[in-house]
Amino acid sequence: MASLKDKLPAIDPRGFVLPLLLIVVWQAVTSSGWVDTRIIVPPSAVLTAGWKWLNSGLALESIAASLFRDASGFVLGAAAGITIGLLFGTSKLVNNVFGPTFHILKHISIFAWIPLLSAFFGRDDLAKIIFIAFATLYPVALATLEGVRSIARNQYEVADVYGFTPRQALFRLILPAASPQIITGLHLGLIFAWLATMGAEFLLASTGEGLGMTVIRGRAAFRVDLIIFGMLIIGTFGMLLNELATRAETRLLHWRGHAR
Amino acid sequence: MPNAGTLTINKLNKHYRVKDKNLHILDNVSLSIRPGEFVSIVGSSGCGKSTLLRLIIGLEADYQGDILLDGKPISGTSLDRGIVFQEHRLFPWLTVEQNVGLALENSTLPVEEKRRSIQEHIELVGLRGFEKAYPHQLSGGMSQRVAIARGLVNRPEILLLDEPFGALDAMTKYKLQNELQHIWETEGITMILVTHDVEEAIYLGDRVVIMEPRPGRIKRILPVDLPRPRNRLDLEFVRLKEEILGEFGIDHQAEAEVLAA
Repeated sequence: MASLKDKLPAIDPRGFVLPLLLIVVWQAVTSSGWVDTRIIVPPSAVLTAGWKWLNSGLALESIAASLFRDASGFVLGAAAGITIGLLFGTSKLVNNVFGPTFHILKHISIFAWIPLLSAFFGRDDLAKIIFIAFATLYPVALATLEGVRSIARNQYEVADVYGFTPRQALFRLILPAASPQIITGLHLGLIFAWLATMGAEFLLASTGEGLGMTVIRGRAAFRVDLIIFGMLIIGTFGMLLNELATRAETRLLHWRGHAR
Repeated sequence: MPNAGTLTINKLNKHYRVKDKNLHILDNVSLSIRPGEFVSIVGSSGCGKSTLLRLIIGLEADYQGDILLDGKPISGTSLDRGIVFQEHRLFPWLTVEQNVGLALENSTLPVEEKRRSIQEHIELVGLRGFEKAYPHQLSGGMSQRVAIARGLVNRPEILLLDEPFGALDAMTKYKLQNELQHIWETEGITMILVTHDVEEAIYLGDRVVIMEPRPGRIKRILPVDLPRPRNRLDLEFVRLKEEILGEFGIDHQAEAEVLAA
């Protein structure tokens, strides 16, 4: 049984030098009285504001609300993305009929969908989740498509020799063979979903809670300390999600060995 | 003893259409293979020997003439015909036993029976202890053994081998040829081996079918009446080899020159 220490990647302590230095400079500058501490708040104020916020109960609510939107949008977008990628990759008809439209639509920046989405769905969770799903859909669909297209004819012949039904071909060949690309797409989708969660909370701001909305409200109230703390929390969760994805990726793709 | 298939190929013709050009791939190929027989097919590249195998396995269609297994025309692929390709074509995301089990995906055998058959065939190809290994952990020779186990596990009537040892080093190749012969003797099934290695063809075959290209056709069929296991240095073995090489226009003198060069 490997201990937790063995599982964590080795961290070079030199990586901490720059952030620590910045904090020291930051603190020095703010305590010197050279700057307006309402704009450049001292790090200690950020920590105090953060601590208060974390203890207020609002923090948990905000984090939960953001993660819920993120997860719902991601799951929806990932499922749609994989389905679209599979259909495009396996059916010439679907690819020829819908392909050009899809490839043109993907060039519309996802933020350009926001006015349309809010016109249709308002500014509630539904609109936000659909936006996050959109952000997830494209990387997942494109990666799935690439994965399915990379399957060699040789491997389809093996499926043919053993009389695979279309269903068996899907689950025994196509999905596992495309899984490295699909998983890369999902990983990218997870990052995009988190960015889109913040984007949705900024641009479709409504009542309700959320990390993005906390930051927006911090700006409205000119609470730079809260804005910075919110940013730190957002970055931390982004990093955690990325780490989670990396671990899942390693585990799911262990059959490729260490060579790759 | 499993049932070995009788394969009858009668006046088989195959054409490919490439950009309005008609390519004649196989020309009037007729061949009868007895149950349990080992037939080697040799020929230079482009003689249609691989196409012939692909037609028998059912990966190619659109032919004229007959391909009959036990009197019934073949249509598409079927579990009564197995194949080992030149590349092992294992699925890298499956372990050795899962790869072998792929061939039983559509078999009607009960689960327990399947498991036993998979284990037996992994042992037959000498890979006991590697059941849980992934293809990236295996050498080329071991991967090809897994492919052979996969080809045999559903007890097909006939096993087709498409240059199965073509990509292996000489030592591994000799070893696997011996093992294949042993497997053929114990399983008692019909085997058809396509190769460009004349020595391999003689070493393993009851008969050697010599094909020539453009269009692919059978030039000659030679029986190999030598007791097994065969000795590659046996006079009759060497004489047969020279005779077959002669059919390809390579006489001993020319070969000696090639070797000297």
